[in-house]
Amino acid sequence: MTDPKAPIAAVTAQLRSVLASGAIVDDPTQLATYDCDGLLHYRVTPALVVLARTADDVQHAVRACAEHGVPFVARGSGTGLSGGALPHADGVLIVMSGFREIRSVSARDQRAVVDPGVINLDVSTRTRPEGYYFAPDPSSQQVCSIGGNVAENSGGAHCLKYGFTATHVVAAEVVLPDGERTTLGGVAPDAPGYDVLGAFVGSEGTLGVATEVTVRLTRTPAAVQTFLAGFADTDSAGAAVSAIIGAGIVPAAIEMMDALAIEAAEAAVACNYPEGAGAVLVVELDGPEHEVQTELRESEAHCRTAGAFEIRIAADDEERQAIWRGRKSAFAAVGRISPDYIVQDGVIPRTALPEVLRAMTVLARERGVRVANVFHAGDGNLHPLVLFDERVPGQGDAAEETSGAILDLCLAHGGSITGEHGVGADKAKHMPKMFTDADLDTMQLVRCAFDPTGISNPGKVFPTPRLCGEVPGKRNAAHPVQDAGLGEVF
Amino acid sequence: MVALTTALRDTGIDAADGTPADALDGQVPACVARPTSTEQVAAVLREASARDAVTVVRGKGTKQTLGGVCPATDLLIDTSAMDRLIEHQPGDLIVRVEAGMPLAALQEHVRASGQRLGLDEPVPGGTVGGALATNTSGAHRLQLGTARDLLIGVTVVLADGTVARSGGKVVKNVAGYDLGKLLVGSYGTLAVITEATFRLHPVPDTGRWVSATVRTDALEPLLARLCDSQLAPAALEIDWQPHGSATIALLLEGTTDGVAGRVEAATAEFAMPTTVDVDLDWPWSRPRATDDPGTLLKLTCRLGAVAEIATAAVELGLHLRGSAGTGVLYAAAPADASAASIAGMLQLLRPLTARSGGAAVVVTAPLAIRHDVDVWGPVSGLPIMRRLKEQFDPGRLLAPGRFVGGI
Ligand SMILES: Cc1cc2nc3c(=O)[nH]c(=O)nc-3n(C[C@H](O)[C@H](O)[C@H](O)COP(=O)(O)OP(=O)(O)OC[C@H]3O[C@@H](n4cnc5c(N)ncnc54)[C@H](O)[C@@H]3O)c2cc1C
Repeated sequence: MTDPKAPIAAVTAQLRSVLASGAIVDDPTQLATYDCDGLLHYRVTPALVVLARTADDVQHAVRACAEHGVPFVARGSGTGLSGGALPHADGVLIVMSGFREIRSVSARDQRAVVDPGVINLDVSTRTRPEGYYFAPDPSSQQVCSIGGNVAENSGGAHCLKYGFTATHVVAAEVVLPDGERTTLGGVAPDAPGYDVLGAFVGSEGTLGVATEVTVRLTRTPAAVQTFLAGFADTDSAGAAVSAIIGAGIVPAAIEMMDALAIEAAEAAVACNYPEGAGAVLVVELDGPEHEVQTELRESEAHCRTAGAFEIRIAADDEERQAIWRGRKSAFAAVGRISPDYIVQDGVIPRTALPEVLRAMTVLARERGVRVANVFHAGDGNLHPLVLFDERVPGQGDAAEETSGAILDLCLAHGGSITGEHGVGADKAKHMPKMFTDADLDTMQLVRCAFDPTGISNPGKVFPTPRLCGEVPGKRNAAHPVQDAGLGEVF
Repeated sequence: MVALTTALRDTGIDAADGTPADALDGQVPACVARPTSTEQVAAVLREASARDAVTVVRGKGTKQTLGGVCPATDLLIDTSAMDRLIEHQPGDLIVRVEAGMPLAALQEHVRASGQRLGLDEPVPGGTVGGALATNTSGAHRLQLGTARDLLIGVTVVLADGTVARSGGKVVKNVAGYDLGKLLVGSYGTLAVITEATFRLHPVPDTGRWVSATVRTDALEPLLARLCDSQLAPAALEIDWQPHGSATIALLLEGTTDGVAGRVEAATAEFAMPTTVDVDLDWPWSRPRATDDPGTLLKLTCRLGAVAEIATAAVELGLHLRGSAGTGVLYAAAPADASAASIAGMLQLLRPLTARSGGAAVVVTAPLAIRHDVDVWGPVSGLPIMRRLKEQFDPGRLLAPGRFVGGI
C-alpha cells in the first residue's frame, strides 16, 4: 500500500454504507476536538471518529479496521489521566459517550446491565432508591464512563474496603479486535473457563471494546460516619493511619491531604479545613450501626493519640459532603495556586509512607518545584501533584524529572508506577523499571491471543510491542492427547 | 522417560521415577520432580519441554481428581519442597509465599498477627498453589471475595521455562495485565504458579451463626430478605439433604457488642425459630465429607434463582450445600450414582442454571464418570480461551485435557 491514507479512506467508505451519517466525523476541525483525554499534554488528531450508539456500530467500526489493518482506540468520557484514549493519527477513534443507557437493574440479583458509555455515578443514582449502589467511585465519577472504568480497573476513595472495578464487574460483552463479539464472565460468579474478563478489566482498551457491562450492585450500608482530623504534619497523620489499620479497622475510606493541597482546596472551594493544619485525614466508616459507632470512637482516639488537634465529625449528609468537597476538588484546585501541574499516581506499601513523603519533599526542593500531596492513605496510593510554572525556563523539565523520580521512589520501596490511572501512553516507558522483558513478553502473550496484529489501542501500556508470529519450536506433529482421542485440535 | 529423571538429577534437581502412589487418574507418571525454587521449576520445564513431556503440577495432591481426565503424564512437578513463607508485612496486610506452602500453614502464620487470608479451604490439607489453580472458595466468599480478589501478585513459569511476574506486593496496582486473574482457576494448563502474594484481612473479634430450618416455600422469601438486609453478613450458607428441609445459616462477624446486636436483628429478619451458634454442626466451608469418593457438582446462578436451583437439585436426590448469598452451590450425588444418572442430572441442571446466568459443572467424580461425562459443559468465550492456551503453552504440554473444551 503506497498511499498511507488509503486504508482509512477504505474504512471511511465502508462505514458510510452501514452507519448513520451523523455517526461519522471526518471534518478536520471537529476531529481536532478529540485530540486528547484528561492528560492534556499529549495530543494527536485521529484520522476518523465514529460516534457509536450501539454494539453493532462498534462491531462495524472494529470489523472495518480489522479488514484494512487500521488501528482503533475506544474513548469513553476522555477523563483518563495516562493518555489511554489518546487517538492514533492514522486510526479510528470510537467514541462511546452516546452509547449510554442503563439496560436493566435487578436489586434481587444485585446486578445492573449497562451500556459502556453510561456515567459511573448514574448507576448509583439510579439504584440508590432501591438501596444499592455501584461501589467503585473515582473522583471523576460524575463524568467518567463505565467502559473507561473497566478499561482502567478504576478505583476510588472507597476501594480500600470495597475493591476496584475488577471486583464489581461480573460480565462484559466485548467486540474483539478481529470484529467478533463475545461474552466474558457471567451474571453468576465463577463462570467456567479462564477468567478472561479478569484479564480484560484493566487492559486499557488494548484487548478490544466493551459494548455491554454487567456490574455488581452493593447494598448501601446501614450507617456512615465521616470525620475530618487536623494534624501538625504528615508524619503524625501517617501514624494515625497506621494505628487505625493496625487495630484491625477497615475504614470505607481514609484519605490524606498535606498543607499545600489543603491550601489549594481552600482557595478553590473554601472547604474550611482546620486552620494551621499541616495535614488532614478524611476518615469514613460504614457498615452496621453499632460497629460503625465503635470504630468511630476508636479511630477518633487513634487520631488524638497521634496528635490530631481538631476532629470534626459530620453530623449529617450535608456536612459529610462538605468534608469530601475539599478532597474531591483537590486535583483541579491546585490550578489556583500554581499555573501548571502534573498529577502523578504511584503506590507504596502503606508503612513506607513517612519515609517516602520526606524523600519526596527533598526531591522537589532539589529541583526547584513544589509537590502537593493528596492520596488514598489506607492503601498507599499516592497522588503527588508537581506544581510548576511553564513560563519559567527549565521548570517544565524539572517538574517532569521530579514526577519521574517519584515513581522511582515508589519502585525502590516495592510499590507500583500506577495504582489507578493506568499506564496508557504516559507510563509505557516506565514499565521496564517495574517488570523484566520476560514479564512484559508474557503479558503480551495475552495481547497476542486477543489482537495478533496489534490494532487495538497500539502504543499504550507496553513500551515495545511483541511480534505475535509463530512461536518458536511449536509442535506440528499430533499431540499425545489427540492420539489418545481425548482432546480436539485447536 | 527415564532420560528425564536422569537429566534432572544431573542438574541437581530432586527427581525420581514415578511410583503407584504418584498415579494420576490411574496412570503412573514417568518422572516426579521436586524442585525447591522458581529457578529449579524453570530448569525442570526447560528439560521437559525439550522432550515434549506432558507435565502436571501437584501440591499436596488433594485436588488431582478435579476437572477433566489427564492423558498419560510424563512428568509430575511436586511443589511440596517450595513451602516457604517469603514475606509477611502485618502493617501492610500482605503476605508472599511459595506455591507449595499449605494454605493452613499460611493461615496459622498470619493469624499470630490477628490477620487472615480470606480463602476458606473446602478441601483441607492442600497448598496455596492448588487452591489458586482450582479457584476453590468457601463461605467467606460473600464478604471477602475469592482468589481473584485477594491475589495481588504472582510468579509463574511457562511451559518453555520462562519465568514471569505480574502484579506486585501492593494492594492497589494497575501496571500491566493482571496475569494472576488468568492463572486463578486455570487448572495448571497455562503455567506453573511458583509464588503468590495476597492481601490479608484482620480477624474479627467474634462470629455467630444464626440458622433456621426452612420450609421449601419459605426459602426464596427468606433468602431475598437476608440478601437485602443491611446486616453485612460474612457468609450466607445453605445445607439441604434430600427428603429433609433446608437449613439457612447466616454468619455475622465483628465486635462482640456489634455481633450481639446484629444477631438480634438477624433473628427478627428470619421471622421463624432460629438457633445461634459459635460454630455449626455441619462443615459449612466444605461442600461434603473429605473422604466422600462420589460425584460433586457445582451449580451457579443469579441470586434470585438460588431457591429454584437448590430445589431442583434436591429433587434429583443431591445433597446441597454452598453460598446462598453469592449463588455458588455444591451438590453431592450418592457415592454409587452411575455415569448415566450423573449425565441425566446434568441434562436437567445445565439448561436450568444457564437460564439463571450460571452453569453446572462436575467438580470431581470417580474416574469412570469423568471419562464418560462432559465435566465442564458449554462455556462462553471458548475460542479466546483456546487462543490464550495456544499462546502460553503452544505444545499443549501442561495438564492437557483437564480444562474446558479439552484445553
Ligand atoms: C479530576 C479527575 C479525577 C480522577 N479521579 C480518579 C480516581 O479517583 N480513581 C481513578 O481510578 N481514576 C480517576 N481518574 C481517571 C479517570 O477518570 C478514570 O481512569 C476513568 O475510568 C476513565 O473513564 P473515561 O470514560 O473518561 O475513559 P477514557 O479516558 O475515555 O478512556 C480511558 C481508557 O479506557 C479505554 N476505553 C474507554 N471505553 C472503553 C470501552 N468501552 N472498551 C474498552 N476500552 C475503553 C480507552 O481506550 C482508554 O484506554 C480521574 C480523572 C480526573 C480527570
